[in-house]
Amino acid sequence: METYTLLRSFADSWYLLFMTAFFVGIVAWAWRPGSRKVQEDVANSIFRNDDRPAEDEGQAPSHSLSQGAR
Amino acid sequence: MARQAPTLFETGGNAKNTTKGRKKMWDYVKLIVLAAVAVLAAIAASHARDIAYLVHMMIFMGAAVIAFLWQIRHMGEAVHNQNEYMDGVVRYGVVATAFWGVVGFLVGVVIAFQLAFPDLNLAALQGYGNFGRLRPLHTSAVIFAFGGNALLATAFYVVQRTTAARLFGGGLAWFVFWGYQVFILMAATGYVLGSTQGQEYAEPEWLTDLWLTIVWVAFLLVYLGTLIKRREPHIYVANWFYLAFIVTIAMLHLVNNLQIPVSLFGSDSVPVWSGVQSAMVQWWYGHNAVGFFLTAGFLGMMYYFIPKQAERPVYSYKLSIIHFWALIFLYIWAGPHHLHYTALPDWAQTLGMTFSIMLWMPSWGGMINGLMTLSGAWDKLRTDPVIRMMVVAVGFYGMATFEGPMMSIRAVNSLSHYTDWTIGHVHSGALGWNGMITFGALYYLVPKLWKRERLYSLSLVSWHFWLATIGIVLYAASMWVTGIMEGLMWRQVDAQGFLVNSFADTVAAKFPMYVVRGLGGTMFLVGALIMCYNLWMTVRKVGEAKPAATAAVAAE
Repeated sequence: METYTLLRSFADSWYLLFMTAFFVGIVAWAWRPGSRKVQEDVANSIFRNDDRPAEDEGQAPSHSLSQGAR
Repeated sequence: MARQAPTLFETGGNAKNTTKGRKKMWDYVKLIVLAAVAVLAAIAASHARDIAYLVHMMIFMGAAVIAFLWQIRHMGEAVHNQNEYMDGVVRYGVVATAFWGVVGFLVGVVIAFQLAFPDLNLAALQGYGNFGRLRPLHTSAVIFAFGGNALLATAFYVVQRTTAARLFGGGLAWFVFWGYQVFILMAATGYVLGSTQGQEYAEPEWLTDLWLTIVWVAFLLVYLGTLIKRREPHIYVANWFYLAFIVTIAMLHLVNNLQIPVSLFGSDSVPVWSGVQSAMVQWWYGHNAVGFFLTAGFLGMMYYFIPKQAERPVYSYKLSIIHFWALIFLYIWAGPHHLHYTALPDWAQTLGMTFSIMLWMPSWGGMINGLMTLSGAWDKLRTDPVIRMMVVAVGFYGMATFEGPMMSIRAVNSLSHYTDWTIGHVHSGALGWNGMITFGALYYLVPKLWKRERLYSLSLVSWHFWLATIGIVLYAASMWVTGIMEGLMWRQVDAQGFLVNSFADTVAAKFPMYVVRGLGGTMFLVGALIMCYNLWMTVRKVGEAKPAATAAVAAE
């Protein structure tokens, strides 16, 4: 088979399916149960550490989710 | 920095001494490389086959010599305290953004009046200062110099604040900044001296392209390295947009600039692509330069600076995730809408048109997300001209991303293509969206970076806001009128089926609108000059911010 035809039929079928599934997966992932808490924490992360980097260990900001910060 | 440097070295003992030794060793390596670059550039300059190549090699040589002299006076001095942000390079980026902005707008005003009054293509400057040479200088100055520096500076600022970590790579960020300025100088001198490969927004020849590739890889390393050593568990959405911008621009740049140099000592090259493939690759590049340079990167700015200035988190984080993935999935296919009614196969034209129309969704989703971030704080629009600027930027983003899909429809395109309507569309996006969001970011950044308690004058910000907004409206409106007019004049036929108007007829009819466009551009330029004065006086005259008082409150 010609390269063009091969790539064309692959793009029209399996790759299209893969991209659609990937995108639907992202939507599902964004709305997964329990995501709200994480997303609120990330959305508010811009209000921390404005003046200097976070400390290496232990002194992470007093926020429940960011205690795991390295 | 200077205060801390000696203590770091003195307290250390053996461990610190070896680090210092290694650092010195590394500095010697840099000296050798810089000396070699200077010598090789000098040799290449003496073999130059054309003037642009000669000038570019002189720029390389000059840059290497300056860097060498700087390095030899600062041996082993570089200290990278991981508990401080690297803001020096951001400050330089802010200054470069303002400087190149004024240069780019000024050249734009000049060429706008050259179109209205052809005598301004001065005979004495023929071949250097005529419209054909200055036009790519203008587009590259505003997109790559002004926009590029704004993206560099804000990317370095935002990635540090959102990862709570200092920039990765020691002084590599400085290489990115200065290397990028060398790229700008090479591109600008190349255009004026006639070195171009004739592809819109990708005019620089192979040597300049190679240099940009090196700088861009360093940019990617700094950015990715900072993300990897982040001290926040999650990666804030603005960083996704910045990263998509960096990675995609690298890909576009490499594919569209596949050229074979004619000689190692000349700037000419032969393209690998030809015919309709060349056209398709060029507009795949061209439209994604809009999509990833002027949209994704600047959306990164929107997602950081609007929430910061409004002092409330982004309206919907879920929407921002969908916005990001939908935008990058769709944008990459939209390029063929630049090639309607050409030799490009019909299915490819239809594909480009369809994806352009679908792009309306994520674009407006993003716009709504930016605007709704102000919900509950709309009163700030009355009191804070900086947030007004950002909101108008997002408004123009919405307008331009409505207009664009509409123009990509083949039937509409048959009227609008090759007319001034396209120019008007580009400028409502570039001046309105990119310009205004950058101005907003600069007004936010300068007091932060120079530790001032406020801006010098809010009423000057208001002056800038109104001059720029009215300037854009004049620009866009006059280009709609002249674009649709010339599109209709071109297709007008009489009863026998002959064309009614010659091309020169349309040029004559456009004159009043060209003057209005020039005036709109002048107002935009004056606004930018007012901004520069205001920012300068902020640094010079406004008192220092009281340490941490406001920051601590915001963090609660």
